[in-house]
Amino acid sequence: MKFHQTKLNNGLQVIAELNASVHSVAIGYFVRTGSRDETDEVSGVSHFLEHMAFKGNDQFSADDINRMFDDIGADFNAQTSEEVTLFHAAILPEYLPQTFELLSVLLYPSLRQDDFDMEKNVIQEEIGMYADMPFWTAHERSMELHFAGHPLGRSILGTVESVGALTCEQMRQYHADHYKGGSITLAVAGNTSWDQVLELAHQYCDHWPTGGFERPSDEARPQGGTDCIAKADSLQQHVLRMAPGPNARSELRYAAKLLSVVVGDDSNSRLYWDIVDPGHAEAAEIGFHEYDGSGAYVTYLGCEPETAAENLGRIEAIFESVNRDGITNEELEQAKNKVASGIVLHSERPMGRLWPLGVNWVYRQNYKTVKDDLNTVHSVSTDDIRELLQAYPLTMTTTVGVGPLESLAT
Amino acid sequence: MIPQFPQESSAARLGNPPPAAIRNKMNNQQIETHVLSNGLTLVIETMTSVQSATFSILVPGGSVHDPDGQNGTAAILSEVITRGAGERDSKQLSTDLDNLGVQRGESPSCNHLVFRGATLADNLPAALTIYGDVVRRPHLQADQFSAAKSGLEQSLRAMEDEPRQKIMSELKRRCYPQPWGRPTDGTLDDLPNINADAMKSHYERNFHPNGTIIGIAGNVDVNRIKDTIEQIFGDWEVKPASTIETGARGPAVEHINHDSAQLHIALAYDAVPFSSPDYYAAWAAVNVLGGGMSSRLFTEVRERRGLCYNVSAGLNTLPNEGRVVCYAGTSVQRDEKTQQFDVSQAQQTLDVTVQEMVRLEEGIEQAELDRCKARAKSSLIMQQESTIARSRSIAYDWYYLERIRTLSEIRDTIDALTIDSVLDYIRQHPAKDFTVLTIGPHPLKPPEENAL
Repeated sequence: MKFHQTKLNNGLQVIAELNASVHSVAIGYFVRTGSRDETDEVSGVSHFLEHMAFKGNDQFSADDINRMFDDIGADFNAQTSEEVTLFHAAILPEYLPQTFELLSVLLYPSLRQDDFDMEKNVIQEEIGMYADMPFWTAHERSMELHFAGHPLGRSILGTVESVGALTCEQMRQYHADHYKGGSITLAVAGNTSWDQVLELAHQYCDHWPTGGFERPSDEARPQGGTDCIAKADSLQQHVLRMAPGPNARSELRYAAKLLSVVVGDDSNSRLYWDIVDPGHAEAAEIGFHEYDGSGAYVTYLGCEPETAAENLGRIEAIFESVNRDGITNEELEQAKNKVASGIVLHSERPMGRLWPLGVNWVYRQNYKTVKDDLNTVHSVSTDDIRELLQAYPLTMTTTVGVGPLESLAT
Repeated sequence: MIPQFPQESSAARLGNPPPAAIRNKMNNQQIETHVLSNGLTLVIETMTSVQSATFSILVPGGSVHDPDGQNGTAAILSEVITRGAGERDSKQLSTDLDNLGVQRGESPSCNHLVFRGATLADNLPAALTIYGDVVRRPHLQADQFSAAKSGLEQSLRAMEDEPRQKIMSELKRRCYPQPWGRPTDGTLDDLPNINADAMKSHYERNFHPNGTIIGIAGNVDVNRIKDTIEQIFGDWEVKPASTIETGARGPAVEHINHDSAQLHIALAYDAVPFSSPDYYAAWAAVNVLGGGMSSRLFTEVRERRGLCYNVSAGLNTLPNEGRVVCYAGTSVQRDEKTQQFDVSQAQQTLDVTVQEMVRLEEGIEQAELDRCKARAKSSLIMQQESTIARSRSIAYDWYYLERIRTLSEIRDTIDALTIDSVLDYIRQHPAKDFTVLTIGPHPLKPPEENAL
């Protein structure tokens, strides 16, 4: 396993973790742009732009792009979050040059008007698809409410109205402002050589525009609140609760991850034994989400509407007990074993390595081997957990329900 | 764990591509099969370039063995079976597996109860010992039964709220004969009929070594694993295998009303099962149709017409039958004043989809077949990086074929496909007699091919 890095003249950063013992290579462009970088007028544009990337440029049509990726058997896709748009592919090493070329075309598409008009329909269908998934409805609304007034509160997909009103010219401007060398990290993991990566990076990326953009990343100060989206015909109640947690650069983030496993993993956690195991709810889990400058604990409860209030009471009791007494050393060690094995298993495939490799660079400008990560996980102590709980106790700042209930007793 | 919220561009792909790879990258596959005297089959693939090892245990107690009127018995058993076994209570069992770093899951399939686990290779024997207790000495306590039943009932209710989740299991219920098409997770209708005795009796009847398959892939010492499995399962007693009576198929065309934003459309028609010599021709045909972003469905329905975000097709297989299954989700417009629905977009989605299915027999291009081969080649080489994928493949190969197809054999089979051989297959198994299921605010006009 060998790590390399460089920066092109236009600011684009190239990183690679090379491993000759695997069969494939994974490559990804991490563009530091997402819904938080949008304005009301262009809500949903980052994600829409990610779709438009696959429509090609003057040289390649949309059909060409799809065909050429399939010609080489690439496992390819893209995704948009609040903060990062990622274009990625996993391929056999001999296809690295073609893949490099295709992924590079994606980043600077022509953005033709007729493609834009057609793809708008697809985006509207995607919004419709998520509208039929109660968990995502709750997720969207809780992000909006929890981060109200802060850029993280912006919807990734946008709304039927905001996407409907978006113009191709607005998208072109957004693209010109956000797709610059200084905002892009090219990450490569797996079986190839650094010389080849460098040669291809110069060939395809040297002419890209210089510059970047400043993202204000002040910590959100959520005021919180409660909202209920009533769906009379639903059978189950979904509740999402959010509370502030450490941000993506905080030293406390490993402790927060481990705490979320101890208290709210989907098996063998405190929420599991008190709520899911006895059959009080179908799901009661905690996720820890980290962002630029902010972080959040997200608690999810899925249960029958009649039992929502008592289950929320159970969760509150567990949170109070953890905030007051911390967690046991035994619980912490168990969570470490779980998390460490997950890291190792995930890292065996280049596609599994690409995400932690790229994200670590984008957010923290550093490289961590799998072993570094394991050491960090194992070094977390119950004192660290106490320090975390003092700064970021398990609370319920924001609550959103989706289901039969008209209101949630909190 | 709650996932973050990535939005993906590609359609979800139904079904898995078959295993395959290039000869020069896979001729050293080390696979060994060992059948215990009680009939339990152990298949081991040694993978020296990884640190992990994964097991897949298939026990012949899936939903097809649920008693009539008690669909969901296998599903409840899969929830209860890990809640205490051997000398460990439920909590101790979870804790010990967590400390061994076992990432795991249990689920009912049509034919089996499936236990999967992945961990560092050194921890595998200890993990298998615990799973020996789970499979052979589960406590199956009555209080655990009620808790698990309540959990299952709630997850079935949650599925009712999500048409996209519900539609595939409802499609299978209609396109396969009973009991093969049963929802593996059970139904809300049957759940009240199941009690703890029914669950225990399901366990007693169906848990036996004959018919049980264990697939293990990873950086393991074959002899040590063989000894471990002999110690754990060697004295497990043989029982007569359950027999299954095949009944009628469900209705061919049906609509389920649901107050949703999209109309969810699922289609199925006959194909061949995994065990058929024509399987890879079928696989190529369905990939040309709906496997990936250059497929005909993705191109015609999404890229050219913008009708859908999700549209795809894949193969689904049982031991003796197979189906092409297809999903598409698309919007329905509602006029707020008149409360009338406009389903023209959804109708067009169904019509174009069926048209593409029927059009397959008119011919396929060499480039389309070449792309299928390329995708098979890389996905199958990359499988060698995944102990999870390999342990699953070798276990299911044994179940369906009673032997293991090596990656080079599959590669040769796929390489040998020609336009003529794939077209021959398509013409022998044309797209007709569709099962059509829609879930949403308004029904559609079924394809003309189904007109009686």
